[in-house]
Amino acid sequence: MTFLELTEGPLWYVALVVFTVGVVWNIFSILAMRVRSDSAQPRKSPVGGGIKAIFLHMVPHGGFFSRTAYHVIVGYLFHFGLFALMLFGAAHVAFIEKWTGLSWTAMPRWGLIVAAEIAFGGLILMWIRRWTDPITRKISDRDDHIGTGLTMLAMLTGCFALGEASDMLRAIHMLSVELLMLYFPFSRLMHAFTFIFSRYFMGAAYGKRGYVP
Amino acid sequence: MSNVATKVIDHFMGQVGAQAAIWLQSCVHCGECAEACHFFEVTQDPRYTPTWKLEPFARAYRSRKAPFAGVRKALGLAKEPNDAELNDWQELIYDSCTMCGRCSMVCPMGIDIAALVGMARKSMAANGIGPEDLFAIAEKSREVGSPLGVTPEKLEERIDWLSDDHEVDIPLNKEKADVLLTISSIETMKYPLSIVAMAKVLNHAGIDWTFSTKGYEATNFGVLSGKADVAKVMIERIVDAAESVGAKTVVIPECGHAYGALRWTGAMMLGRPLPFEVFHITEYLAALKRDGKLKLKPVDGAITYHDPCQISRRGGATEAAREVLDGFAQDFREMSPTGNANWCCGGGGGVAAIERATPLRHKVFEIKMKQVEDTGAQMMVSACANCRQTLDGGKEHYKWDREIGSLVEIVADHLVED
Repeated sequence: MTFLELTEGPLWYVALVVFTVGVVWNIFSILAMRVRSDSAQPRKSPVGGGIKAIFLHMVPHGGFFSRTAYHVIVGYLFHFGLFALMLFGAAHVAFIEKWTGLSWTAMPRWGLIVAAEIAFGGLILMWIRRWTDPITRKISDRDDHIGTGLTMLAMLTGCFALGEASDMLRAIHMLSVELLMLYFPFSRLMHAFTFIFSRYFMGAAYGKRGYVP
Repeated sequence: MSNVATKVIDHFMGQVGAQAAIWLQSCVHCGECAEACHFFEVTQDPRYTPTWKLEPFARAYRSRKAPFAGVRKALGLAKEPNDAELNDWQELIYDSCTMCGRCSMVCPMGIDIAALVGMARKSMAANGIGPEDLFAIAEKSREVGSPLGVTPEKLEERIDWLSDDHEVDIPLNKEKADVLLTISSIETMKYPLSIVAMAKVLNHAGIDWTFSTKGYEATNFGVLSGKADVAKVMIERIVDAAESVGAKTVVIPECGHAYGALRWTGAMMLGRPLPFEVFHITEYLAALKRDGKLKLKPVDGAITYHDPCQISRRGGATEAAREVLDGFAQDFREMSPTGNANWCCGGGGGVAAIERATPLRHKVFEIKMKQVEDTGAQMMVSACANCRQTLDGGKEHYKWDREIGSLVEIVADHLVED
């Protein structure tokens, strides 16, 4: 078995199972906890408040844009760039088709390069802020840096593998993605899934009172 | 980990349900919440970043109750806090958080940090960790019925005196009444004219109302201090009083946390729905005005309004005060930011009762001074005696030249009597 076959075979299966089971277990084990009952007479619908909060918190509101502009802009750059790369990179589209049979149009090469630059720019600027801003430097921990580092590594090895010049570069990219997937369910990267529940619970609690902050 | 810290964390974990678990686990450490916190704003000290205030509790959650906590604990990746650390953390959980909820506005994950701080307070208070002066006030509420020592006898004396001095009928212990009016002891002891004002307005509107010595104190220092047993006793007293006079409406005076405690958490503490409707006095005034029961002379001079956080952002009654002021205040000027986004006074959440937090509160007042001065208004009114007390403290400290007043008092002073 070659290194590439190992990373696209057994290691891929292990990473996929750990990622999927880990994420599902993570969310369900939390949702299985007691939900605090609240018998106060509602002023407005808690469900409406929860749904509103999910969308409201996608953008700064309440006059906070100027105070949070850096984080919002670089955060969106990174996330949009990353999702574009993941879902529309030609090699990724082919990989998904191989495993699921589903296929869609891939980005042209120039689009991929732009998306990569945007994603790298966003992530690097976020990481710089994490190290240099006194607030984020104070509150960041090992998990934040490991998560960022593994994401950066996966993106970087993806760039090296872009030319499809060697099996080794492709295998290294696969391995770095698998490391990221193995780490994901145990880390703060889970925010990619929990943000919906977090916003919903807050919006429901406040929305019942009449205002969703 | 030492014994007391273990008990605090045990207690905290006992409170953690799905909502708290999701919030404790969703923070991405972006630090944007600092931008919303008045304590950070005036100090620029990263320790006052709201999410950092929860750090020992979030850490303990990761090692105790979070998914895969066992793995983290086995690998030694999550160290639980010890006694000394939790003791130091008092300043962040009590002195520098007013539970105003402004940080939830800016949080991209939508974390209710104020709710988590409230839980942390409960766990610390249950194990004796917290400001002694705040705890003493809470205990006094349980023992004598009021945090500032307003016993039923003292209330009767106060009401007799106010009634005679101001020639206003202030009913006490009527057998039956439609409305039970409650007080904040800050008003009773420091701003008694507020009680006179509420009585004048309710009499003017022809409401069948009463005070009751069975349950009169709305300010709930049990909630503020984290002493859940005291909080429940305070709620039960009001419920008993309302039930005994058959009141279907309970009106909360100018006190923000009192409103939140009864209106939004009262039923939960009581273990059953409240047998009456709860209105903050501003909501009640707005309803009276809407029903044509308030006849008011216009008030002159530029006025601005300070939103108490627990009535506006966390209470959902932001528009009530504006409805009262609309067409009544001839020159009403909004602060910026205002309404649901308004800056806290700095004394909510019991912080006003913590002596050692006084310098920090005064720093926060600098925000409010600038906000008011930018409007050009000579007078700032509010609808919370706790805010008013905090703001008055700031005014005195800085020898500030603007006036600070009460909305209900202004309304009472401008009633048109037939």
